[in-house]
Amino acid sequence: MKTVAESGKARWQQATLEPALKKSPERAASFTTISGRPIDRLYTAEDVEGIDYARDVNNPGVFPYTRGIHPTGYRGKLWTMRQFAGFGTPADTNARYKTLLKAGGTGLSVAFDLPTLMGRDPDHELSLGEVGKCGVSIMSLADMEILFDGISLGDITTSMTINSPAAMIFAMYLVVAERQGADWKKISGTIQNDILKEFIAQKEYIFPPRPSMRLITDVFAFCATEVPKWNTISVSGYHIREAGSTALQELAFTLRDGLEYVQWGVDAGLDVDAFVPQMSFFFNAHSDFFEEIAKYRAARKIWAEAMRNRFGAKSERSWKLRFHSQTAGVSLTAQQPYNNVVRTALQALSAVLGGTNSLHTNSLDEALALPTAEAATLALRTQQIIAHESGVTNVVDPLGGSYFVEKLTRDMEDGALAYFATIDNMGGMVDAIERGFPQTEIAESSYRFQQAFERREKIMVGVNAFVQQDDPPIEILYIDESASAIQLAKLEALRKTRSHDAVTRSLDRLRSAARTPQNLMPLILDAVRAYATVGEMCDALREVWGEYEEVPII
Amino acid sequence: MRKLRVVIAKPGLDGHDRGAKVIARALRDAGMEVIYTGLRQTPEMIASAALQEDADCIGLSILSGAHNHIAPRLMELLKEKGLDDVLVVIGGIIPDVDIPKLKAIGVKGIFLPGTPMQDIIEFISGNVRTRV
Repeated sequence: MKTVAESGKARWQQATLEPALKKSPERAASFTTISGRPIDRLYTAEDVEGIDYARDVNNPGVFPYTRGIHPTGYRGKLWTMRQFAGFGTPADTNARYKTLLKAGGTGLSVAFDLPTLMGRDPDHELSLGEVGKCGVSIMSLADMEILFDGISLGDITTSMTINSPAAMIFAMYLVVAERQGADWKKISGTIQNDILKEFIAQKEYIFPPRPSMRLITDVFAFCATEVPKWNTISVSGYHIREAGSTALQELAFTLRDGLEYVQWGVDAGLDVDAFVPQMSFFFNAHSDFFEEIAKYRAARKIWAEAMRNRFGAKSERSWKLRFHSQTAGVSLTAQQPYNNVVRTALQALSAVLGGTNSLHTNSLDEALALPTAEAATLALRTQQIIAHESGVTNVVDPLGGSYFVEKLTRDMEDGALAYFATIDNMGGMVDAIERGFPQTEIAESSYRFQQAFERREKIMVGVNAFVQQDDPPIEILYIDESASAIQLAKLEALRKTRSHDAVTRSLDRLRSAARTPQNLMPLILDAVRAYATVGEMCDALREVWGEYEEVPII
Repeated sequence: MRKLRVVIAKPGLDGHDRGAKVIARALRDAGMEVIYTGLRQTPEMIASAALQEDADCIGLSILSGAHNHIAPRLMELLKEKGLDDVLVVIGGIIPDVDIPKLKAIGVKGIFLPGTPMQDIIEFISGNVRTRV
């Protein structure tokens, strides 16, 4: 992109801007994104001089995919409208799934409760008060059978937000699919299975980093041959961002996590092109509109180049970064909750303009509780309005070529590569995490944002500006203790009816195999078929690998 | 005068510690002595920490909905240990219907999303009974 000398920025500043500023100064001394990144008042051709269209941007469907991985954008296929849901017992959640599918949802996404996420059965001391609260409680294969009762796993794709016990929950899904007669070679969906961001941000870890990584590469290897259409991992920036990172940190840490998984896969003896095409990503759709769009565009470029240049991947499928996005939970306010519908719509639009492959829109009541069915439906309608009414899906990457968006995309890329260099120097992401590097960076950013918010340099409408005193309460979903009682009774019954010997034998085999480099997936599948619980399977591995404890950083 | 001593604790299985860490830092910057327990603390662990650290205040960060189990148990333990003069506050996601119940068992302050840090600092300074 060439500069047009006569319309130069310096000349404009002198001739046009300065007199204007003298007459009426700007609203603030500096303007920054929500991440605190300074933004100039104007971007022109001069800002994108170093950007070569063919090399750095290129057309959609062409390396490095800055403008998208599909040549037709959303004209061919819209993004998958995948609403994350789960609460109470498997039967409660099964009913919600049927509602969402009836309303036109095109994929399922399972939210598990904290005991399940942490590999604890409901009768464990730490499960007190948590069963079925933040998601659905899944103890064993028996619960998974109820969760998908009447839903054909051969016809639907399912995403499961599960990390430390991902292999166990995935094995349960596979057995349900098998019993429904679905072919493992054909079924598709995603397990989050991203432990690095747990250590960095969300903190739902069980085992120490190294054995956790081995469990993940076991899933990579197993799926490469057995479940080839499954997304074996969803490398997630969402939680990093929610923990308070900047957009740049989200981008950099997520992609560097991705590189770490690829490295571990390669080190485990896998061919790059045999498992990387099954990796997917998950980003936050936060409030700063253009910064988010630049983040998604930069992500595709960085990944494509890293796969080709750093790992020598030859398959285009390895180069193409596919991602899910979710609007920012942290941006939702308990105050004036209807404002959240507007925030979510704008955030969703940024994800769509950034080329998301799948999207979850948050519900207006989620700063208060898990969403009601009505609120969840409105969130889905928000996506449908963007897809079918706004017209933005008619053209591929409509913001490509914008001086501002291209410059921001480039800056995002440069910033991420600088973080990569720092982390590489530490020996990689596992080492960086063990030193607390990303954790400290995020804690700093989160505190800086809080201070900016307190000083009202960053505004949240209805919270630190435009406050309303008599905010009428809205109806929320209240999850009582009945789910806990039901699950505890079922657990007791399960322990009486299943074959005790089969469970013990399968867990013994799992425990011994964990001491060897043998792939654990077949052993986990055996334990699942014997109706071993998530807690029992995780305990078997805890005995061998121990548990991770972090040094808290404040 | 001795600095106010505050134990910030994250009970239950939830690992979302952004709020706990931000408030810990804000209280520290406001001149208080802050002890952050880290994650997955049982009520027993929190009560012991309060005793050992000679805390004036305990701040619980709970987002998961487990407050109706955790808070009553903690209040009971504090009583047993003779720590019922320790100021207990909760920050997080607490449905309106649960607030009176928590207040009735002696939780003095409940801070919902969006509360300015300064309000929490002032509440603690104003309500804590410095222990001898």
